[in-house]
Amino acid sequence: MTTVQIGLPLPVLSKDWSAPTESNNTLTAATDRNIEPVGPHFLAHARRKRHKRTFSEDDRIQAQTNVKKVEDEDAGEISEPEDPLMLSRDAKDWKGQDHYAVLGLSKYRYKATEDQIKRAHRKKVLKHHPDKKAAAGGTEDDSFFKCIQKATEILSDPVKRRQFDSCDENADVEPPSKKETQKGNFYKLWGKVFEAEGRFSKNQPVPKLGNDKSTKEDVEHFYNFWYNFDSWRSFEYQDEDVPDDNENRDQKRHVERKNQNARRKKKTEDTARLRKLVDDALALDERIKKFRQAEHAQKNKKRLEKEAAAKREAEEAAKAKEEEAKLKAEQEIAEKAAKADGKKAKEAAKNAAKKNKRVVRGATKEANYFHSGGAASAAQIDSALNDTDLIITKIDSEELAALTAKLNGKKDLAEIKQIFLDEIKTLVSAGKLKEGEAKSLA
Amino acid sequence: MSEEESPAERVAIGISFGNSYSSIAYTSGEGKAEVIANEEGDRQIPSILSYVTGEEFQGTQAKAQLVRNAKNTVAYFRDFLGQDFKSIDPTPCHNSAHPLQHESTVAFKIKDKEDDTESTVTVSEITTRHLRKLKNSASDYLGKNVNAAVITVPTNFSDAQKEALSKAAKDAGIEVLQFINEPVAAVLAYDARPEAKLADKNIVVADLGGIRSDVAVIASRGGMYSILATAHDYDVGGAQLDQVLMDYFAKEFLKKWKNGGDPRSDDRASAKLKLESEAVKKALSIGSSANFSVESLSKGFDFTCSINRMRYETISAKVFAAFTRLVLNAVEKAQLDPLDISEIILAGGTAHTPRIASSLASAFPGSTTVLAPSTSPTAINPSELAARGAAIQASLIQEFETEDIEQSTHPMVTVTPHLARAIGVLCISSDESTGVFRHLVEAETPVPVRRTAIIATPREGGDVLVKICEGIRVIKVTKPEPKAKANGKAENDSDDDEDSDESDEEELREKTYKVENVLAEAALKGLSKGAKVELQINVAADLSCTFFAREVGGKVAVRGAWKAPGKA
Repeated sequence: MTTVQIGLPLPVLSKDWSAPTESNNTLTAATDRNIEPVGPHFLAHARRKRHKRTFSEDDRIQAQTNVKKVEDEDAGEISEPEDPLMLSRDAKDWKGQDHYAVLGLSKYRYKATEDQIKRAHRKKVLKHHPDKKAAAGGTEDDSFFKCIQKATEILSDPVKRRQFDSCDENADVEPPSKKETQKGNFYKLWGKVFEAEGRFSKNQPVPKLGNDKSTKEDVEHFYNFWYNFDSWRSFEYQDEDVPDDNENRDQKRHVERKNQNARRKKKTEDTARLRKLVDDALALDERIKKFRQAEHAQKNKKRLEKEAAAKREAEEAAKAKEEEAKLKAEQEIAEKAAKADGKKAKEAAKNAAKKNKRVVRGATKEANYFHSGGAASAAQIDSALNDTDLIITKIDSEELAALTAKLNGKKDLAEIKQIFLDEIKTLVSAGKLKEGEAKSLA
Repeated sequence: MSEEESPAERVAIGISFGNSYSSIAYTSGEGKAEVIANEEGDRQIPSILSYVTGEEFQGTQAKAQLVRNAKNTVAYFRDFLGQDFKSIDPTPCHNSAHPLQHESTVAFKIKDKEDDTESTVTVSEITTRHLRKLKNSASDYLGKNVNAAVITVPTNFSDAQKEALSKAAKDAGIEVLQFINEPVAAVLAYDARPEAKLADKNIVVADLGGIRSDVAVIASRGGMYSILATAHDYDVGGAQLDQVLMDYFAKEFLKKWKNGGDPRSDDRASAKLKLESEAVKKALSIGSSANFSVESLSKGFDFTCSINRMRYETISAKVFAAFTRLVLNAVEKAQLDPLDISEIILAGGTAHTPRIASSLASAFPGSTTVLAPSTSPTAINPSELAARGAAIQASLIQEFETEDIEQSTHPMVTVTPHLARAIGVLCISSDESTGVFRHLVEAETPVPVRRTAIIATPREGGDVLVKICEGIRVIKVTKPEPKAKANGKAENDSDDDEDSDESDEEELREKTYKVENVLAEAALKGLSKGAKVELQINVAADLSCTFFAREVGGKVAVRGAWKAPGKA
């Protein structure tokens, strides 16, 4: 929404028009409404309002932010200061030169893309071209220019670049010492080391070291990867120069053989070095200990649980047994006591019966063997005693006791006889005695 | 999953979640919004879930279950979300699972388990299941796991409802980036088209849905939208049109089969009748006649009948009139005149009906464009408008941090003063009564605002006057024969309805501006022939204002300013 086209012409300025004095007219008061937070124009409005920008300010800032991005990208690659020592290098000594530093790519190194290398080369060439130096009145020294050309030659050839990268010590990260690691930044320090070493891997992507929250699988995968590391690193770059003359073939072969051996030796050394590095890291890795402890704890937990369960079971069994024994003992005692009580009671009953019987017999005697008047004849006494015994045998101990109680203290013959007669009556009515069986009492 | 995704990992889509239908849309790499079809190929997915022995059906398949398995089919549940049982209207659910009170929310008793046991499922759980299905459809289509969305809601959706919807979406694994109003989404869908021109205009969005209709009057000013008025009607919608057709076909059926029994009195028959009536209604929006055909509609009688569009429009004239009235009411509520409306956007499934568009077109003056498939060939499918708008908004904000979105939608940012009157210049004559006012800034424009105009000058050039004033919009009514009417009502246009029959002449209504308040004057001298004047007005948030005028291509500019009210 920028321009409106108005087709009607503006009024002609009348002759007597003069610029009005400061007008006091203002806009009519506005109504507050919600604008819908939707659409690109609203977002622009929100940006202006939140950052308190006017239209033109916002336009300018938006334009600037868009432009800056491009500039940053361009500037980054050659913004490195050039080391004066490097500038005075001799191109002949190209093996010792840091090609990335020469092109100003030392912060990218093996990560630099082909495009970056090309652009960096162009920028350096523009700056260090020998003709420019000559024009500026300097010497005709083109040694650094040659360095640049050599660096580009190596870095733009993938095979040569790999050879150089293999021996690029500036890209190495020294493994931290044990002391440094123990200060607690294991992941930060070793992460860098492994990231740098990972550049030699034929298998990409290389797993990351992770942090103390990494899972066991991740950590195991990481160390497995490093113990089975497949490296493309080779050491041709450090070869001794093979003499180029055709005359001395033996010498040439000798040097070649020496180089081969040196490469093999270095490769073995490198593998051993890497192995040791991974060993060191593994030894210092807290996570391994943690996992082992966790595993141990898991195992122990199972065992302890089992033991505890067994113990509990045994305890319970013992307790049950004890209780059972206790119960049994109590029962026995009770039984014994009951038995003893029974015996005593029986004896007492027996005694009482005996006594009662004696009383009854005594009563018979007292009643003069139921003989009215005068001394009783022997037969009379006999039958009376027999009848009394008969009654005693027919009645049980309780009735006997009752009878005894009735008889106790009775001296009168008739009374005693009456009691006996009553007794016989009850016995007859109970059917225990036949009528007329106790003849002496009839 | 439920954690907030960082902006880089967000895959955001637009979801339009309606009572009757839902749709999902995404924005393609070229910034074009496209609606996603689900597994069944539907772009409008019925918001219905149905359960048969533990198996979940959604969309068209679930809709078919309304006939045989109505008790385990949940439909029309969107408006129940975040409401308590007292305040919901359960009428639309008559033919499906009935809503019940459950603690403080609404729930449905359905057999959704394999063992056919009845369980109580809250409306929020139903919504979660529905949204999860939509999310899965979108994820399958895009090949990426969708984890964020912009969801459209009606303008009268309460905060509690939004919160409930947001929670349900979160449970379904969707982070709701923003809720946007359905009518605004529709406007955005039109404005985001590459051929769309940015202009100041008043738009009416009529969202005619299945069981409710919403109308919003929106002021669009330089791509910023403010809602001026809304109107809601829960008794006017596609369901009413279905009902009209149901009644018609039921009567026809009874005529044909005397002993067939009224299909409306039987649950299954009425469900069949409703489904087929809806299909007939859709067919009549496209063709001029349609066939109604149901096997074994009632008591084993098959029924086939055809209906043409003419008849359909006659029997549902009442409902169509209600739509038009609703739109006119909303315009009146916004204190605007139909002449102020430059566009009517028809949205929602019912908007396909040609008669609705044509009767709206005749109710509004010729300057109003009705954007509906039957009146405008370039119209976007009305059913897809909301989803497209949401998808566009999603693509705009998916890169933002959640906090950033919250801050931008904060009332601090959204509440803005809107100009009460238009600001413009006087053309032709400098006299306030004879000059013609041309606006630069319309009324209801949110400030701060910056507008530029290129204005013509007298043919011979020379000196011109730039007079900036405030203008009030007035509706000028002119009658071709004012004498024919002696009742003195000529001035008032709205009362003319009763005597419009006797007079053949239509009164002429025009939108003009009355100059109210001269703000500033400036002179530009010595313009060349055929030169044009560029005038820029800047209104700041406190209504203070600066302007400059210059000849196009010229170097000399005249500047001026006036102060904020209150400071003067």
